[in-house]
Amino acid sequence: MNEILQVKHLKKSYENNEPVLKDIDFSLQKGEVVVIVGPSGCGKSTFLRCLNLLEPIDEGSIILNGETIDRKDKNVHQHRQKIGMVFQSYELFPHLSIMKNILLAPVKVQKRNRKEAEKEAEVLLERVGLSDKKDAFPRQLSGGQKQRVAIVRALIMHPEVLLLDEITAALDPEMVREVLQVVLKLAEDGMTMAIVTHEMEFAKAVADRVIFMDQGVIVEENRTKNFFAYPQTERAKQFLNTFHYEALEI
Amino acid sequence: MDLEFMEAHLPLYIEAAVLTLRIAAAGILLAFLTGLITSIIKYLKIPVLMQIVNAYIELSRNTPLLIQLFFLYFGLPKLGVVLSSESCAIIGLAFLGGSYMSEAFRSGLDNVAEIQTQSGLSLGFTRSQIFRHITLPQAVSTSVPLFCANIIFLIKETSVFSAVALADLMFVAKDLIGIYYKTDEALFMLVSAYLVILLPISVIASFVERKVRYAGFGDTSTVSG
Repeated sequence: MNEILQVKHLKKSYENNEPVLKDIDFSLQKGEVVVIVGPSGCGKSTFLRCLNLLEPIDEGSIILNGETIDRKDKNVHQHRQKIGMVFQSYELFPHLSIMKNILLAPVKVQKRNRKEAEKEAEVLLERVGLSDKKDAFPRQLSGGQKQRVAIVRALIMHPEVLLLDEITAALDPEMVREVLQVVLKLAEDGMTMAIVTHEMEFAKAVADRVIFMDQGVIVEENRTKNFFAYPQTERAKQFLNTFHYEALEI
Repeated sequence: MDLEFMEAHLPLYIEAAVLTLRIAAAGILLAFLTGLITSIIKYLKIPVLMQIVNAYIELSRNTPLLIQLFFLYFGLPKLGVVLSSESCAIIGLAFLGGSYMSEAFRSGLDNVAEIQTQSGLSLGFTRSQIFRHITLPQAVSTSVPLFCANIIFLIKETSVFSAVALADLMFVAKDLIGIYYKTDEALFMLVSAYLVILLPISVIASFVERKVRYAGFGDTSTVSG
């Protein structure tokens, strides 16, 4: 087995509250795309943020390439470079141009040569169709364009895993497509990804495996085709039904 | 109005204006530094230092500049510290302005969303790199309008310096009124002098504000889920 990322018995709760994640086991193979779906508040975004060590965990372990990682580790910054993350709200740096947004981390964190990194940034921008925007500022871009830049900014760090946290939830429908096409292309190129999304059609197209979470536990885990065609659990069936409007009798 | 009188005493006003500006510049620079350091202490929530900073800000903002100057000029000598009028004026202005600058800058720091930090962390930046490259530049840009307002406010506050025997604009005007009873002329020149100083600063300030304004960029979508 070629496991990049593994999670064992992960438990997490926010102060004095019902646990958000109750004993999660999870693994991600190299080149695999896993989509995590579930109702709002089921803990899927929190789970993704735990993977990137942005959230402290109460129990359990997160294992990257066979090495247990923790947010208190001295080299936590090195761990995080291997795990790229794209957020729902893009989080580009508003005071920097697109090119500078992309170059800040490779130059300051990885100490790469600016010229060399710039060349790679240009190639990546070309791939997402935004070569002409490199001198623009984030405020001048549409949501979909910003999100594509955010993906490029994560990719230039050469992460081994990419985490996408509801990256189209704040976008207009037409823009959703342009962003998801970029992600599909990444999947084809063999990028390892864990994706949280509410776009079921996209999940069908991109995922190798689907994980359905509810109330802090993994309720069902299945190959993509099986999950959508023959969900095993009643809860997953209910959840998938909410996306079928023709079934509603009004 | 007695134009000849005004012309004859113009050099006095110019001299006083230069002195006022010099004191204001030094005081405001110190106030700015004080504000920067204290707001960073508050932002990083450094224990003990933070309590001291809080006490300073309350003390500085809730007492009039005139009282602060009196303390420096008449109070400190009783404790064996004798300061010149000029030093008192500069320190007083820095003491008052520091808290205003601090609050202005802190509002800028608070304005930078926490998720920007997380975005930086996810790219592998350390906390101090995030502060330097991501938080600080954004905070400065959102604070600029408040900085400008504070600068103008502090220059106007210099009019109380005459109370500690500093020969500033107000001092010259009061002097001339006392000696010659030329109240209209002296006050007219006083107002003019302040306008000559402050109007250009106002214009430059609003120009700078427009230049650095990339804060209202409409990127306000929130995160959930």
